[in-house]
Amino acid sequence: MLARARTFAIDGVEPRQVWVEVDIRSGLPAFSIVGLGDTAVRESRERIRAAILNSGFRFPDGRITANLAPASLRKAGPGFDAALALALLAASGQLSADRLGCFAVFGELSLGGELRDSPGALAVAEGARRFGVPRLIVPPSRAREASLVDGVEVAPADGLACAAAIISGERAPAPVPRPAANGPAAGVGAAGAGIDLADVRGHAIPLLALQIAAAGGHNLLMQGAPGTGKTMLARRLATILPQLTRAEALEVTRIHSIAGLHADGLMTARPFRAPHHTISPAGLAGGGSPPRPGEASLAHHGILFLDELSEFQRSSLDALRQPLEDGHVTIVRGQRALRFPTGFQLVAATNPCPCGFAGVDDRCGCAESDLRRHQRRLSGPLLDRIDLLVDVRRPSAQELRAPPQTSSARARELVEEARERQRRRLRGTAAGRNGELDAGLVRRTVRLDADAEEQLSRAYACGLLSPRGRHRTLRVARTIADLAGRERVSRDDVMLALSLRHRADPGREAAA
Amino acid sequence: MRPPADAERGVAAGALACEECLARAWLLERLAGHLEVARAAALRLLALDDGGLIDAVAKGARREVRSELARLDPGRARARLAAAGVAAVCRCDPRYPARLRDLPAPPAVLHVATRAPAAASAGPSADVAGADPGADPIARLLALARGPSVAIVGARRASPYAVQVATELAHAAACAGATVISGLAAGVDAAAHDGALRAAPAAGVGLAAAASASAAGPGLMSAAPASTAAPAPAPASAAAPAATLAVLACAPERPYPASTRALHRRIAGAGAVVSELGPGLRPRRWMFPARNRIIAALADATVVVAGRPGSGALLTARLARELGRTLGAVPGPVGSPLSCAPHLLLREGAALIGAPADLLAQLGLEDRALNEGAPARARPAPPAPPSGPARRLLDALADGRGAAAAFAAAGLDAPSGLAALAELELAGLVLRGPGGSLTATALARR
Repeated sequence: MLARARTFAIDGVEPRQVWVEVDIRSGLPAFSIVGLGDTAVRESRERIRAAILNSGFRFPDGRITANLAPASLRKAGPGFDAALALALLAASGQLSADRLGCFAVFGELSLGGELRDSPGALAVAEGARRFGVPRLIVPPSRAREASLVDGVEVAPADGLACAAAIISGERAPAPVPRPAANGPAAGVGAAGAGIDLADVRGHAIPLLALQIAAAGGHNLLMQGAPGTGKTMLARRLATILPQLTRAEALEVTRIHSIAGLHADGLMTARPFRAPHHTISPAGLAGGGSPPRPGEASLAHHGILFLDELSEFQRSSLDALRQPLEDGHVTIVRGQRALRFPTGFQLVAATNPCPCGFAGVDDRCGCAESDLRRHQRRLSGPLLDRIDLLVDVRRPSAQELRAPPQTSSARARELVEEARERQRRRLRGTAAGRNGELDAGLVRRTVRLDADAEEQLSRAYACGLLSPRGRHRTLRVARTIADLAGRERVSRDDVMLALSLRHRADPGREAAA
Repeated sequence: MRPPADAERGVAAGALACEECLARAWLLERLAGHLEVARAAALRLLALDDGGLIDAVAKGARREVRSELARLDPGRARARLAAAGVAAVCRCDPRYPARLRDLPAPPAVLHVATRAPAAASAGPSADVAGADPGADPIARLLALARGPSVAIVGARRASPYAVQVATELAHAAACAGATVISGLAAGVDAAAHDGALRAAPAAGVGLAAAASASAAGPGLMSAAPASTAAPAPAPASAAAPAATLAVLACAPERPYPASTRALHRRIAGAGAVVSELGPGLRPRRWMFPARNRIIAALADATVVVAGRPGSGALLTARLARELGRTLGAVPGPVGSPLSCAPHLLLREGAALIGAPADLLAQLGLEDRALNEGAPARARPAPPAPPSGPARRLLDALADGRGAAAAFAAAGLDAPSGLAALAELELAGLVLRGPGGSLTATALARR
């Protein structure tokens, strides 16, 4: 007899519908699973056999063939266990096949028959909605996450027997606790609660740069000696970015859930990812087999913080080029091309020289040639995408005693106003923030005062700026004007932007 | 007193050197490997005559070298020079730089890199230069070697401080009409050449710098604002003459180290790049002390900017002292190994060079001080002195102070302080170093 159950496979970060078909024929007892599954799928035979028997059902005699369709899609992981087991029960007449048709099933089985966690519940729920499956059975620990998707009735089931009872209608599913609107957000990788810009003493210039970076979505490079507070500042950038919208939060939660990094519920804090500098290109941009989201995708809608930028492998940094340019990364494996979103804001930190103490109290022992080598390691395509450079220096004792200059709440208010201005101006264009302006958009949207124009040409003429550097300066000046609520970019805006440009500009190199 | 007319013609003819001196140059090339073995005594060995040198180092190859030397064809040697684009002047020439004759063993031939290798077909005495003496590298070399000159030498792995000092000193010296001599090594040497190249071009090479104060130097930030092209090293023959002379420890046409290639091209085009060694020779260790003796002899004064104990710069200084030349040293930070050589020299009585004016005083050029030429980082039209916040910030700057401290001292908040800082930077009054340190430039100190 033949029976089918529906489940979803995760392909990159997208759900794909998978039909689990089970056919039982008379013959020598055998159990085989086909349909391009990995080792975890093949091993599920043993789990299913034990789970069925331990849940009080009968394991059918005969020749059992299970198929995961479409057969061309590679299936990985133990998330198909529950669907296989239920389809098997339906095929052996222990469960109504018709009723099973209204459910999608998702979860791993234990030998005792309990339903276990499996990554990607939110993506599965989105798949259920997209394919019009009205009800979804998930492990209880994933119920809140799955119920974030509207239009799908989530039925938590703690085991195979419970799932069978729900499907046959003998038992009503337990109610799902609704996620609190402003629940404790942080899962792994979130910016963390309890940090605030008000914790920062001194650092007036970096704080200004952080606000500009947040307001325009500009990528930021911080340069400073070890221990001056670069990481501390970078973490706080997440607290002044605008709140995640619900759609953004869902996207973030889905990616983190697929990566198995997320506990439960909706992630409402912007992710903050700080990979170590030994990370591989695949770890950073995504990859592996099956392809998994990399740090760039985990930082989607949040911040990717690269500390010790000059220590990263060249190849890893090169792998970030497409993500930075396009906001997504395409990974090709075999016949398929997978797309991972990578809409992160880059914050990088580096020492000013190999020993880290250049420009501070004459402690630097680096030769000029070392400095140049260090500078060369930093240059390249990545630096082209970084609009802002700020020096982070040790605050003085006096500054440490001073009251905080701002708080995250206040800064975020300013940032959101500036973003709103950008949204209005950029409506109908490809860009949403000043940090995304390309050459044409800069020309169309950045209006300069005559005085500002003159200063900029002066800086360009004397070799302080390259053509690209001029561009970056214009983008940043636009954001500074937005923060101040000016429609026209003034001279002071341009001067401030010039002050925050990176100084290893090619234009400068050619001149010196 | 002026050299005879035929000699003048000879200079124009390019590769001019007598047979005996060409033979000596060939011998150095032939024995380069042997001299490397005996490099500890290189300077003493170079003082020997041809026969003595062969006896001393050639060991088993003595007879072979002797017979090769006897069969040497000077015509072919000249052809080789011409093909490599190298001109030459020998010590038998009356216009051979007189200062080199102070050496116990002046180099037999000074090889000079010309800009482009002469066409191979042009023959041994190709007219590399034509009529214009300013474009003839030999004439330029001789003029540069005649005027007041200073050698600025120091460490290859130098600190940014040393590099800046070397640049400023060289620039001041060149502006005052002195020739800046160095070894084209990385670090201090390169900075010295660079500083001299940035100076306003002298009307005539060597002396008489004062007259033409046309600020369009061969490079840098003085490039016309309209030009979008990089204001890079001036192209070829049009280059204004520059008051700098590089002495190499390898073939003159060979940029060593490779990082100085662009500098080599600029100096060869506007100043002079010379070497005792013939074309094609790669650097060997014995050539460096040999080169240093030429630097020491060519310069009226030798200034050591930074150097480790036992460095080549220290050797140059000692050779200069033996020749009775003026010695100067720039003090460095206490405790830095780079300060060892200059501090040692100061202890031994070298003049303390604390500012460009000190150097000019040593050269007897005080009266033509800095005001003649544009300072190192000047823009074409020096902007009006800053006012308002920029002025306050400039006054609040102390070297090495960070921006935050300077803003606090000037009473500026971060946005207006940063804007003022950009203004100062744009006016060339402030340099921002690595790590955000701020330094007022020479222009601001005036």
